[in-house]
Amino acid sequence: MSKRLLIIVSIIMISSMVLAACGAKPYECTDKIGCVTVAPTDPLHIAYAMVINGPDATLGIDSRNGAEIAVDDHGGKVLDHAIKFDGEDDGCSAEGGQAVGSKLAADPTIVAILGTSCSSALRVAMPLWSTAGFTVISASNTAPDLTLVGNENNYPGYLRTAHSDVVQGAAAAQFAYEQGFRKAATIHDGSIYAESLQQVFADEFTKLGGTITAQESVAPDQVDMSGVLTSIASGAPEFIYHPIFIAAGTQLILQARQTPGLENVIQMGADGMFSPDVMTGAGDAVEGVYVSSPDFTKFGADYAAKFLPAYQAKFGSAPVSIFHAHAYDAMNMVLACVEKVTVKDSDGTLHIPRQSLRDCMYATKDFKGLTGNLTCTPTGDCADPKIAVYQYHTGEYPPTKVWP
Amino acid sequence: MLKRWRQTLTWTDVVVYAIGVIIGIAVVYGTIRTWQKAEYTPEQWINLTIDGLKLGSIYALIALGYTLVYGILRMINFAHSEVFMAGPFTAVFLAIYLDDIGFYNAQPIISLLLITLLSATVSVTVALLLEKIAYRRLRYAPRLVPLITAIGASFFLQYTFRGFYGADVETYPNLDILKGTLTFGPITIPKTDLFVIVSGFLLMLLLYIIVQRTKIGKAMRSVSEDKEVAALMGIDVDRIIQFTFGLGGASAGIAGIMYAIIYQNVHAFMGFIPGLKAFTAAVLGGIGNVVGAWLGGTLLGLLESLGPNLFLSGMGIPSANQLKDGIAFAILVFILIFRPTGLLGERISKTKA
Repeated sequence: MSKRLLIIVSIIMISSMVLAACGAKPYECTDKIGCVTVAPTDPLHIAYAMVINGPDATLGIDSRNGAEIAVDDHGGKVLDHAIKFDGEDDGCSAEGGQAVGSKLAADPTIVAILGTSCSSALRVAMPLWSTAGFTVISASNTAPDLTLVGNENNYPGYLRTAHSDVVQGAAAAQFAYEQGFRKAATIHDGSIYAESLQQVFADEFTKLGGTITAQESVAPDQVDMSGVLTSIASGAPEFIYHPIFIAAGTQLILQARQTPGLENVIQMGADGMFSPDVMTGAGDAVEGVYVSSPDFTKFGADYAAKFLPAYQAKFGSAPVSIFHAHAYDAMNMVLACVEKVTVKDSDGTLHIPRQSLRDCMYATKDFKGLTGNLTCTPTGDCADPKIAVYQYHTGEYPPTKVWP
Repeated sequence: MLKRWRQTLTWTDVVVYAIGVIIGIAVVYGTIRTWQKAEYTPEQWINLTIDGLKLGSIYALIALGYTLVYGILRMINFAHSEVFMAGPFTAVFLAIYLDDIGFYNAQPIISLLLITLLSATVSVTVALLLEKIAYRRLRYAPRLVPLITAIGASFFLQYTFRGFYGADVETYPNLDILKGTLTFGPITIPKTDLFVIVSGFLLMLLLYIIVQRTKIGKAMRSVSEDKEVAALMGIDVDRIIQFTFGLGGASAGIAGIMYAIIYQNVHAFMGFIPGLKAFTAAVLGGIGNVVGAWLGGTLLGLLESLGPNLFLSGMGIPSANQLKDGIAFAILVFILIFRPTGLLGERISKTKA
């Protein structure tokens, strides 16, 4: 070959190599935990872990519905990728938490998890999810220790839009005291949620000047309550606080009326017992039973004007539990942070750095949600909590607000 | 005598007896302390006893199914808990329909009879199908095989019913005639409890008469003694076995309605715990024995009801009622340590030459 040809070919080769090297640099993930890479045609995967089967199904289904409305309000897409929102049942128990925890922890496409419904499931699942790097935000966990600084159940990556029971238990105690009750008994079901909640109630009630006559417990699937009710009746309480779930709660409501000594006692449940299933399960006995819940009248104007009609249109009924708005806010918070921290390649690939996503979530300040102005503490409490007390009347759902 | 003990006693026996003695001492100690503390009024003890009798009636009727099948086939029908569930879980839809059209409370007795009939029929059908499909071919198989089949059938039935009727909890409507309580002197009984105890007792009496005093009962007893010889005597063994399953199924179906009247909520998995407890009751009273089923059931019900308050709160254990299942099974262990064949012993023929 002639010398000239050789020089021209070399120049072409070298310049093409230089041009190639100076082209688009591939994204390098420098995130402490790692990044989720979403291919241009793949959906963005957000998972849920909620109780969607069994006696407490209304709790989880309602939260999932709220989150789905949030997805719809975003047009089903974020950053031009479809949102894949699917998940598993958390069983509202430690066993369920173990199952859903391992299942979801093994899926690296998940960006964030909405869940769990129940604190007892979260306590088992969170160590797995925290290690996997997920951001977990719950719409209905209320056990106080999940966001207590230094507590063994507080893991990095966890947030919640639901209130802490420190607020709910105190509100219940205040309500009971203001209604004139001075002797109360509590019943929990061994779950982390119920046990902490009744303890907060007991401490607050005693501080206000009342007396706690008994603090008993039942098993979550227990049907026969005669022993525990007779035991409580010996202390002659005026008020029984049973912050447990639907299956055992309805049995307590039914059987307390038939226990000698407790015919006229006033009963109160907490946010786990705000459901139409309580009305069908307890029948006429549900008349007069109190239940605490987030105060719906304090939600923003959009709640009644936009959210409720959307819920009715999409699911054909009014909300069946109470954390739908919290789930809506949780999903919106996740999507907002995803939009903020994601690096998008020119071809549409998304890179979502996990630690940055967490940092963005914890840094949420004055987020205008349905449930109020949400600001997150470093341990994950984002709620703007306002608790109200409602009362059941036979044949009417939802129960009517009686306090404050 | 000591020499004989030294020869026949093993370390296992010693440990087992020690456990039994510890449980016994704990029970006695707890009871004495409770009497001393006198936390509960006599009226409350009476109420707990009535609760125990009511629970016991239900357990006894379900235990009957376990005990009859064991007596005849030497096999434990673990799927019996689903036979128990099938009846009330189906009848609840009839009850809800009757309540909707107003018939339920207008004609409570007829409604109750209709619902019980439906429940018993469904339970009998499930029991007979179980026998025909799952157990008949395995009659002469090694003992473990029908046991595992029974467990499999149990899960199959649970999830089939969950699939057909849904995973939700269904509620029986309230029967007005059974609302409220009755007072006899110092005792106040809720009407539902009285109804359950009385009808449970009458039913057990009827079943006892059937097994002991009728021809078909005689045939059942002879099949349970020796299947081959009974066949030689001209008894249709297949028919008798079917009848046994049917009888057990019917009593489970009726027990299911009684359970539903008291607890009102039924769902696909409701049979598991009562079934387990009834099996315990059958073993406690002596499996294979009808009177044993009644005795075991009643005793277990009383232990569950009285146990926590009687034994545990005396020992100062907080939240004693959460342990009521634990007590019932601990007492079972205790009785089986000292009397392994159950209280009334296993009715195996004594004259097997």
